[in-house]
Amino acid sequence: MRNAKAIYTIWLRDLIRFSRERSRIVGLLGQPLLYLLIVGNGFASSFHLPYAPPGTSYLQFMYPGIIGMSVLFTAVFSGISIVWDREFGFLKEVLVAPVPRWTVAIGKTLGGSTVAMIQAAILLILAPFVGVHLSPQIVPAILGILFLIAFALTSFGIFVASRMQSMEGFQMIMNFLIMPLFFLSGALFPLRGLPAWMGYLMRIDPLTYGVDALRNVLFASGPLRAVFVQFPIHVDLLVVTGMALVLVGAATIGFNRQT
Amino acid sequence: MSIVAVEDLVKKFKDLTAVDKVGFTVERGEIFGFLGPNGAGKSTTIQMLATLLKPTGGRAWIDGHDTVREQFAVRQSIGLVFQDPSLDGNLTAMENLDFHARLYNVDPKVLPVRRRELLEMVELSDRTRDLVKTFSGGMKRRLEIARGLLHHPAVLFLDEPTVGLDPQTRNHIWTYIRSLRTKGGVTIFLTTHYMDEAENCDRIAIIDHGQIVALDTPAGLKQMVGKDIVNLTSKNVDRLAGEIAERFGLKGNRLDGQLQLETEQGDLFIPRLLAEVGSAVDSVNLHKPTLDDVFLKLTGRAIREESISAGDAMRTMMKRRLR
Repeated sequence: MRNAKAIYTIWLRDLIRFSRERSRIVGLLGQPLLYLLIVGNGFASSFHLPYAPPGTSYLQFMYPGIIGMSVLFTAVFSGISIVWDREFGFLKEVLVAPVPRWTVAIGKTLGGSTVAMIQAAILLILAPFVGVHLSPQIVPAILGILFLIAFALTSFGIFVASRMQSMEGFQMIMNFLIMPLFFLSGALFPLRGLPAWMGYLMRIDPLTYGVDALRNVLFASGPLRAVFVQFPIHVDLLVVTGMALVLVGAATIGFNRQT
Repeated sequence: MSIVAVEDLVKKFKDLTAVDKVGFTVERGEIFGFLGPNGAGKSTTIQMLATLLKPTGGRAWIDGHDTVREQFAVRQSIGLVFQDPSLDGNLTAMENLDFHARLYNVDPKVLPVRRRELLEMVELSDRTRDLVKTFSGGMKRRLEIARGLLHHPAVLFLDEPTVGLDPQTRNHIWTYIRSLRTKGGVTIFLTTHYMDEAENCDRIAIIDHGQIVALDTPAGLKQMVGKDIVNLTSKNVDRLAGEIAERFGLKGNRLDGQLQLETEQGDLFIPRLLAEVGSAVDSVNLHKPTLDDVFLKLTGRAIREESISAGDAMRTMMKRRLR
């Protein structure tokens, strides 16, 4: 009971902070919008997807990928924000509290996941503009998938943060971890017909399965499913859940070593 | 039973011994001070007592709880105010307190009353809904003191509570600290390198190179140095010296044309002296031993004020850069 209260406390703090940072919310929306508007429209007019039936827009394919990207960035940053808490001293207040460390790690993971889920869900408003039909019944399923991906990625961020001494390594992490995770997730191009080495890398990227799960739900019926979706939904969900469990374990162990 | 008990506490970092067999006890309701230069082992000791660092050797108890084996019980019974602020600037003062209250499981029924009382004490009642990042350094420290008391700890640890604050705010903070004692209940354990602040403590442990070199009341420590010194000037120092020797049995020293007398309780001696030989005295100067003198005598050097303020300035600069 007391542990649940501690988890709730840490979670609540992240939500209060999120609700207060309007400029951050807008800022974090900017990047996916840029990708969708510029990269998406650029690609849409120059290339077309292999095997796609006529009339298919690249934007339709890219849209779930961009939602995945939003989750990726928000979730990983939420996790890494622990480094900021450490530098600004706030982490000490948490570390001396009479609660087990794992409750802090879990609370932080849940907080980051919730924030990332909300942030990505804002992008659902764009569905009609990119030609994706969004029926109200599938929204809960999408939110569930978003939360699951966010949970895995926030854990990943916390794990990374527990190994970082300061924000100085941040650019490295951005270039060598986060961007590759995004590019290899199948957000921008499908897995089919790629060089073998890239195919392997894409298969070990947790985001690949998250984005694929979103496509599974968004294009559940209709001709686009066969072209856009790469794995059955239960495979996607199993892999993301499995990775989430492994990563949250790693995050908790990593966080326990904090001093 | 003592509220804080420490036995042979040792902390080694690789080949550096930061705390070297420290032992002492603190009684309930005391204001107990750790006085020493930076790097003397003050913060390391506090961190071990607060369960943030594991001792290399020795043991410590807070309110009867072992700091290694009963971590959570110890944490629940202490409040901590760190050298550097540990508030969330993006939360309001109230939210920072509520966050703390939940983590320390403060009964929601008593919380509103306690919160109000503490905010009144530190004079922040009118700023409760403001974001903490808009607060000055002194306001942040005051809020942290209120927060540290929110769960009614048995001991409040204050690590350099007034570093980086202006003199007026320092006085304010001391007013709160003293008022806590008169209200009773909480024991205060603080570290400082300011001599004038240490004077406010009931007992002081002087720590240097990881060891306690003296532990006593401020008055007791000063007695170690010697008696009060009374300096007299006179047109005829020789005659004055003779008269004083005759009437008070005190043999003075000549120093720069002055007569220097050593006596106990110089403030009481001067009126008696002037009543007898007042007409021959031009001016009187009383010097009571200070903790500076004590530190100098015990360690052979003055407390390193200059290097300390340089260190503080550095820390403030670093923080500014980070923000």
